[in-house]
Amino acid sequence: MTDKPIKKEKRIGLFVCHCGVNIAGIVDVERVAKELQDYPGVSFSTNYIYMCSDPGQQMVIDTIKEKHLDGIIVAACSPTLHEKTFQEAARLAGLNPYQIEIANIREQDSWVHTDKERATKKAVKIVKSHVAKARLNENLEPIKVDVNRRALIIGGGISGLQAAMDIADHGYEVILVEKNPSIGGKMIQLSETFPTLDCSQCILTPKMVEVSRHPRIKLLTYHEVDSISGFVGNFKVRIKKKPRYVEEKLCNLCGECEKVCPQVVSDEFNMGLAFRKAIYMPFPQAIPGTYTLDAENCLGLNPVRCGKCKDVCDKKAIDYDMKETIVEEEVGAVVVATGYDLYTMQALGEYGGEKYEDVVNGLEFERILSASGPTGGAIRRPSDGKVPGSIVFVQCSGSRDTEHHLPYCSKICCMYTAKHAMMYRHRVPDGQATVFYIDVRTGGKSFDEFYQRTVEEDKVLYIRGKVSKIFKEGDTLIVWGVDTLTGKKVEIEADMVVLAMAMVKADGVQDLLKKLKISTDIHGFVAEAHPKLRPVESLNAGFYLAGCAHGPKDIPETVAQASAAAAKVGDLFAQKELSHEPTVVPVNDELCSGCGICITMCPYNARTLDPDRGVAVVNEILCEGCGACAAACPSGAAQQRNQTDNQIFSMLRAMLRE
Amino acid sequence: MFEPQIMCFLCKWCTSSAADLAGTSRLHYAPNNINLRVMCSSRVDPQHILYAFKEGADGVFIGGCHPGDCHYVEGNYKTLRRITLFKTMLRDLGIDPDRLRLEWISAAEGKRYAETMDEFTAQIRALGPLNINEKVLVREVVKDE
Repeated sequence: MTDKPIKKEKRIGLFVCHCGVNIAGIVDVERVAKELQDYPGVSFSTNYIYMCSDPGQQMVIDTIKEKHLDGIIVAACSPTLHEKTFQEAARLAGLNPYQIEIANIREQDSWVHTDKERATKKAVKIVKSHVAKARLNENLEPIKVDVNRRALIIGGGISGLQAAMDIADHGYEVILVEKNPSIGGKMIQLSETFPTLDCSQCILTPKMVEVSRHPRIKLLTYHEVDSISGFVGNFKVRIKKKPRYVEEKLCNLCGECEKVCPQVVSDEFNMGLAFRKAIYMPFPQAIPGTYTLDAENCLGLNPVRCGKCKDVCDKKAIDYDMKETIVEEEVGAVVVATGYDLYTMQALGEYGGEKYEDVVNGLEFERILSASGPTGGAIRRPSDGKVPGSIVFVQCSGSRDTEHHLPYCSKICCMYTAKHAMMYRHRVPDGQATVFYIDVRTGGKSFDEFYQRTVEEDKVLYIRGKVSKIFKEGDTLIVWGVDTLTGKKVEIEADMVVLAMAMVKADGVQDLLKKLKISTDIHGFVAEAHPKLRPVESLNAGFYLAGCAHGPKDIPETVAQASAAAAKVGDLFAQKELSHEPTVVPVNDELCSGCGICITMCPYNARTLDPDRGVAVVNEILCEGCGACAAACPSGAAQQRNQTDNQIFSMLRAMLRE
Repeated sequence: MFEPQIMCFLCKWCTSSAADLAGTSRLHYAPNNINLRVMCSSRVDPQHILYAFKEGADGVFIGGCHPGDCHYVEGNYKTLRRITLFKTMLRDLGIDPDRLRLEWISAAEGKRYAETMDEFTAQIRALGPLNINEKVLVREVVKDE
C-alpha cells in the first residue's frame, strides 16, 4: 500500500458549442474540435449546436459516463453564465464539479473579432490552455464546518435592539452587550422624531421592554466586549462585566440611596444640562431597572468615608466589594451596532460651543425639547433659563468641510434641524428661527414635505451660507455669516445657537474594532464587504454591521439595516453546516520556511504562524482564495487549489508556445 | 505586418467581466490578446509574467479593479506595488518595461477594455518582437514536460 500509484493520464472530454451562429459564425468550431482531438490529455472531442440545451447537457452527462471522462472542457460562453450548469451536469454524471473548465470563446473571442481565421486560431489556444489546466485539476469538496447558532450583538441602541429582536424571533439565542447601565442608546435621548414627530421614547421603550423580556435574549448591560477569537460560526467571546455595585435583582428602585448620596455630578443622559447623583438611574425607563453606582464619582466606595447609600438600602442591594469579572460566551455570528458620537464642539472654536453655554449641539437641544429633559420640554436656554426669542441653527457644523473638518455629509442634520426649528416655532410662537445651510438634503420618504412645511407654515428663515463666527455681546450671541445667494454678509442676534454637529464614530470604538480586527474606513466607521452588494456584512466573515457604526443614517434606515443584518445572520444559522469554496491557498509544510510574508498579505487574517513548527497555517474557512499570498510566497509553499503555479505555467505554455 | 502576442491576466471581478461586456456589446478589437482569468490581480506572480515573455508573449497586460474597489479589499494595491517594482527589474533583464502594462478596468468599462487592447497591441507592434531568448537568459521556473 505504500507504493506510489503510477500517475494515470487523465481522460479529458472537449465539447465545443456553436451557440447557433454566435460562435460558429466566426469560429470554425469543427476545426477547433478536430485540432484538439490529439492534444495531450484529450480523449474525446465533439461539437454541438447548443451545449447548454437539455440535449446538449444530456450529451455531456452520457459522454462522461460512457467514455469514463475525468475532466471536461466546455468551450462556449463566459463562465459567469453556464459554469454552474455544467458543474451540475458533471455532478449528475458522477464527476467532481471542480473538474469542469469553461473556455470562453464567445464573449472573449467570436463576438469581438471579425477575422475568422485568427478568431479560430485564438479559440484553439484558449481551449488548449484549459486542457492544460484541466490535466492538473484536483477533485475538491466544499470545506464544511459546524456553526454555533447564537449571535452576539455589540451595542444596545436602536440598531442593536432591532437586530437582537429579529434574530431572537428567528428562533436563535442572542447575547446583547451594552457598555452603558441601560439599553436605549442615542435614540432614547431624542425628543420627537422626523418626519412624523413621533415621541422617540414612546416608540422605543416598548421595544426595550420586549427585548428585556424575550426568552432568547440574554441582556448584558454595563458589560464590554473584551476580545473575540475564532472564526465565522465558531467565535469565543470574552466579555468584561463592569461592577455596578448594586445587585440588579435586589434593587427595587425605592430611590432612597439617591436621596442620601452627597455626590452631585453632571448627568450624561441629559448631555450635561442637568445633574445626577453618584448612585443613579440613567433615566426613569432604564432597562434593567436598577440603580448603578458610578465608582469614579463615589466617595471612594469606602464605608468609612461615606457608606450612606448602603446604610439606607433596605434590600441590602449595595455591595462595595463587587469586582470586575469576565464572562465567556460562544457564538457563531457578531453584529456590530456600536453607534455614533457627535463631533466635538471644541474642534469648532470659532462657534464658541465650549465657551458659551447657550451654544449647544443637536443632542443637547434634543434634551431641551424632550418632555423628560431638564426643562420638562419647555424651551429655555441653559445659561439663565430665559425663553429664547431667537435661535440660529447652523447646519454642517463639521460636516462637508474637506479642508478643516470632515469631508462627508452627516445625512440626518438637515432633517433634524428642520424639526428643531419647527418645534421651537410651535413652542415659542413669536420666536425667530434662522437656519444656515449649505444645501438642504431631504432624500427620504415624506422628508421634503416636512422641510417645506417648516419653511412655509412655520416661517423658518433659511439662509444659504456658512457661519464664520459666533461671539457674545452682553447676554446676546452675535452670529456672523454670509448669504451666498445675495453675496452679502449677515449678522444675526440670537439668544441661543444650535450646532448640527457632524456624526462621527462612537468614542473609544476604534480600540474595540482594532482588537476584533474589523476593517474600518478612513473615518473609523465599520467597512462593509461591498458598498453595493454586501452592505450589511463586514469584510470579516461572521461579522455584520447595523446602524451608525457603519456611517451616519437615520432611524428608519438603521432599523432596516439592523433587520437586514439579522436576516443575514439567519442565513448563516439556517445552514446545516457552513460550506466554503475549497479553492483556497493551503501551505505545503515541507516547503514553508515560516517567513511570514503570506501572513502580511492576507486581508482576512486567515493565515497565522505556528510557533512550534515554524510554518504558516491557514484557516481555510477564512481564506477567500484571492491568491495574493500564493504570488508572494518566495518558496512556492502557498499554492492555490486548482490554480497552482504549475497550472498557470502550463496554461501560458499552451497559449503562447506555437 | 508584425502581429504581437499579448498575454492578459484579468481579474475575475472586474477586467474579465469588462472583457465579457465588450463581447456582449459586440465591440471589435485586435485578436492579438489571449486571456487568463485569475481571482485577483494580486494572484499574478512576477514569475508568471517572466514566463509569459519567455514562452513567446511580446506584451503582458494585467487588469485589476480600480483603487478602493478590490473584491479582496486591497489586492490591487499589492499588485500595483509588485508591478511597479518589477518594471524596474525588467529593464535589467533586457525587457522594455513598456511591454508590461497594468490597468484598472471595472466591470462596467467594456469599451475601455476594447480600446485598451487595440492601443496596447499597437504599442507592442511598434516595439517589435521581443526575441527574448536571444536577448536575455531567463531561468526555467518550471520544468518542461
